[in-house]
Amino acid sequence: MKVALFVPCYVDQFYPQVAVAALQLLAKLGVRAEFPPRQTCCGQPMANSGCEQAAQPVYRHFVDVFQDYDYVVGPAGSCVYHVRRHFDTLDQTPAVVRVRRNTVELFDFITRVLGVDQIAGRFPYQVGLHLSCHGQRGLHLATASELTPVRDGQLRRLLSGLDGLTLTELDRNDECCGFGGTFCVSEAAISARMGQDRVADHLRHGTQVLTGGDMSCLLHLEGIVRRRKLPLRVLHAAEILNGTLP
Amino acid sequence: MSPPPDHAQRSELFLLDHERTTWHDETLWFVRQKRDRAAYATPEFQELRRLASDLKDHTLSRLAQYLEQFEAAALANGVHVHWAADAAEHNALVLGIVQRAGARRVVKSKSMLTEECHLNPHLLAHGVEVIDSDLGERIIQLRAEPPSHVVLPAIHLKKEDVGETFWQHLGTEKGLTDPQQLTEAARQHLREKFLAAEVAISGVNFAVAETGSVVVCTNEGNADLAIGLARVHIACMGLEKLVPRLADLAVFTRLLTRSATGQPITTYTSHFTRPQPGREMHVVIVDNGRSQQLGRPDFRASLKCIRCGACMNTCPVYRRSGGHSYDFTIPGPIGAILSPNIDMRKHASLPFASTLCGSCTDVCPVRIDIHSQLYKWRQVLGAAGLVPASKQYGMRLLSRVLARPALFRLGGAAARLGLRLVPHALSHAPGYNPWAIARELPAPPRQSFRQWYAHQSPPAHE
Repeated sequence: MKVALFVPCYVDQFYPQVAVAALQLLAKLGVRAEFPPRQTCCGQPMANSGCEQAAQPVYRHFVDVFQDYDYVVGPAGSCVYHVRRHFDTLDQTPAVVRVRRNTVELFDFITRVLGVDQIAGRFPYQVGLHLSCHGQRGLHLATASELTPVRDGQLRRLLSGLDGLTLTELDRNDECCGFGGTFCVSEAAISARMGQDRVADHLRHGTQVLTGGDMSCLLHLEGIVRRRKLPLRVLHAAEILNGTLP
Repeated sequence: MSPPPDHAQRSELFLLDHERTTWHDETLWFVRQKRDRAAYATPEFQELRRLASDLKDHTLSRLAQYLEQFEAAALANGVHVHWAADAAEHNALVLGIVQRAGARRVVKSKSMLTEECHLNPHLLAHGVEVIDSDLGERIIQLRAEPPSHVVLPAIHLKKEDVGETFWQHLGTEKGLTDPQQLTEAARQHLREKFLAAEVAISGVNFAVAETGSVVVCTNEGNADLAIGLARVHIACMGLEKLVPRLADLAVFTRLLTRSATGQPITTYTSHFTRPQPGREMHVVIVDNGRSQQLGRPDFRASLKCIRCGACMNTCPVYRRSGGHSYDFTIPGPIGAILSPNIDMRKHASLPFASTLCGSCTDVCPVRIDIHSQLYKWRQVLGAAGLVPASKQYGMRLLSRVLARPALFRLGGAAARLGLRLVPHALSHAPGYNPWAIARELPAPPRQSFRQWYAHQSPPAHE
C-alpha cells in the first residue's frame, strides 16, 4: 500500500508539528507514508472566494503530484472534502477520479482503512473536541445534531480510548467555529464573534485542551485564545494521539 | 439613510451591541433546539424530508401542467385567478380588485410575497388602508421596518422595543413590557380593524393543483378571522407553491412547523376552496423572477423552499448578524441563494455571508442543497466580475504561487521570516490585517514541515 501524506499549505508553513505527528502516528500504525515534496495546496482558498477557474492549475498540480498513490492521507477534513467534492470541475480523467477517491482524512483512514479504533496512550486532561463542519457534515465523519441526538464519530471514539482523557460535553456540540476560509477576513467581525462564542462554550464546560481534526478551525480558535490569553491549550488531534502532552 | 453596501459592513453594525447579539443568537438557537426535538421525536422525519424533496422536484419539473390544472380547478370552484409576471403587475392587480370592490380598508395576514412585491406602500399610495394582522407583522408595520425573518418577522425586537412601539402608536402605558398585556393591547386594536375590513389579503403556504384550494397556515387565526369577515378574499401566491394532490399536502404540513418552531402542526391550517355565497375569492399567481430561477439548473432547487425559516434559525451567521443584514425580503441562507437571481450586483455579498458549514442543508425540510448553491453562486459572481477586484487579483496571484512548488516554498519561507522580523504592532495592525482585529497570527516556526522532512534520516522520499 503506497500512502502519501498530504500536508495542507498552512500546516506545512505554520504547524509543521501537526504533520510530523501525523507522519509518526501513521508509522506507529505500520504505515510508512511518503511526503511528495512538490505538493502545495488543494486550491480551496481560491474556489471558496468565487475564483474556481483560477484554482484549476492548482487542482491539476495536486492530481499530478498524488496520482500514483493508493491513498492520499491528510490531517484536514476541509482540504480532503475539497478534493473529493469540488475537483468535479476538472475533466474526470482516470487520474482525477483516482485522486478524488483515494484522498482520505487522517482519522477516517485510521478508522476505516486500517480498521483501528483504539490507539494506546495516556492523556490525563479534559479535552474539548471541535468538529470541523467539512469533516462532519461534508465527509460524514461524525453524526450531526441536525439529524440525530446521538453524539458519535471516529475522532470522538479514538480520543475516548486514551487513558485519563475526558471529553467536554458542550452546549452546542457541532456549531461552526466561524473560520470559513476567506470568510475569516471578508466577514471578520462575524467570524471573530463565532469563534469567541465557540471558545466560551469550551471554557464554560471545563475544556483544558481544545482539539479537532482540522487545523484551519484550530488556527482561528487558537488566534482567539492567544489574543485573549485564555487558559486553553490548542492541539491537533494527531498530536494528542501521537503522545504530545500540553 | 441607505444601509451599507455589503453584508459584512451591515453585520458589523449589528455586532456592535454585544449583549443584543448574544440575545438574538440564543433566542434563535432555542428555536433551532425545539426543531431538533420535534425532528428526533418523529422516527420517519428523514423519510418525510426525502418525500417532500421528491414531491417538490416532481412538481417543479411539470410546473406549467400543475399551474394549469390548479387554475382550471379554481375557476370551476368559482374563484377568480389572476397571473402576474412581476411585482408591479401583482400590485396593480390587487389594487384593481380592491378598487372594483369599492373598498378602502384592507386587512392582510402574513405573506412574504406581498413583502417582496412591496404591496403595502402601493395600496397606501392609492388611499387604501392596509393593516398587517399577524402580531409580528403589525409590530414592524408600526415601526416601518421590513421583516427580519420569514416566520418570526419581529424576532430582532425585544419586548421592551414592542412596549415602546405600542406606547407610541397604540397608546399603551409607557414602559409596559409584559408580553401578555402587550398582546392583549394588539388584540383589541386589531379587533376593530378586522371588523371594519372590506377586503382580506392572505398569503398562501400551499396550493393544491388537484382541488384548486389554497392552504394558509397561521398560529394566530388572523387569516381565518379576516377572511371570514371580509366580503373579498385575495390570496397571493408565488408560482412555486403548488403540490399536486391533496394527499401530498400532509407530508408538508407535518414538516413545516416541526422545522419552523418545533410544533407538530400550526394552530390553524385552513383550506380555502371556494367563496362563500355572495362573496368573492381571488388568487393572484406571481412569477417575479421565479421562472428565471427555474431556468438555472444549479439554482432551481431553491424554488422548493416552503419558508419554514429553519435555515435561518440554524445559521450561525444569521443568528449573529440579524435578518436586516441581508437587505433582502428573504434573509438567511435561503435568501442568499434567492437574491442574486433578482439582482446579482446588489446582492453579490450574500453568497459570501456563510462559512459553508452546511447546517442549513441538513435542517432544510425539502433538502435544498443550500450550501452547495452558495458555493456555486460564488463561482457565478466571480465569473461575472462581481467579486471585489482586490480579492480576484489576490486569488489569481495565489494560484500562480500554489501551482509552482518552488515559488510556494520561497513564499512560505518569506512569510514566516517576515512575521518573525516585523514588529507585532505592524503584522497585527487591524487597519490592513482584518484577521488581527480579534485574533493573533500563528507563531511562525523556523522550519516548515518540508524543511524538517528533507533532513530526516533515512533520507526522505525522492
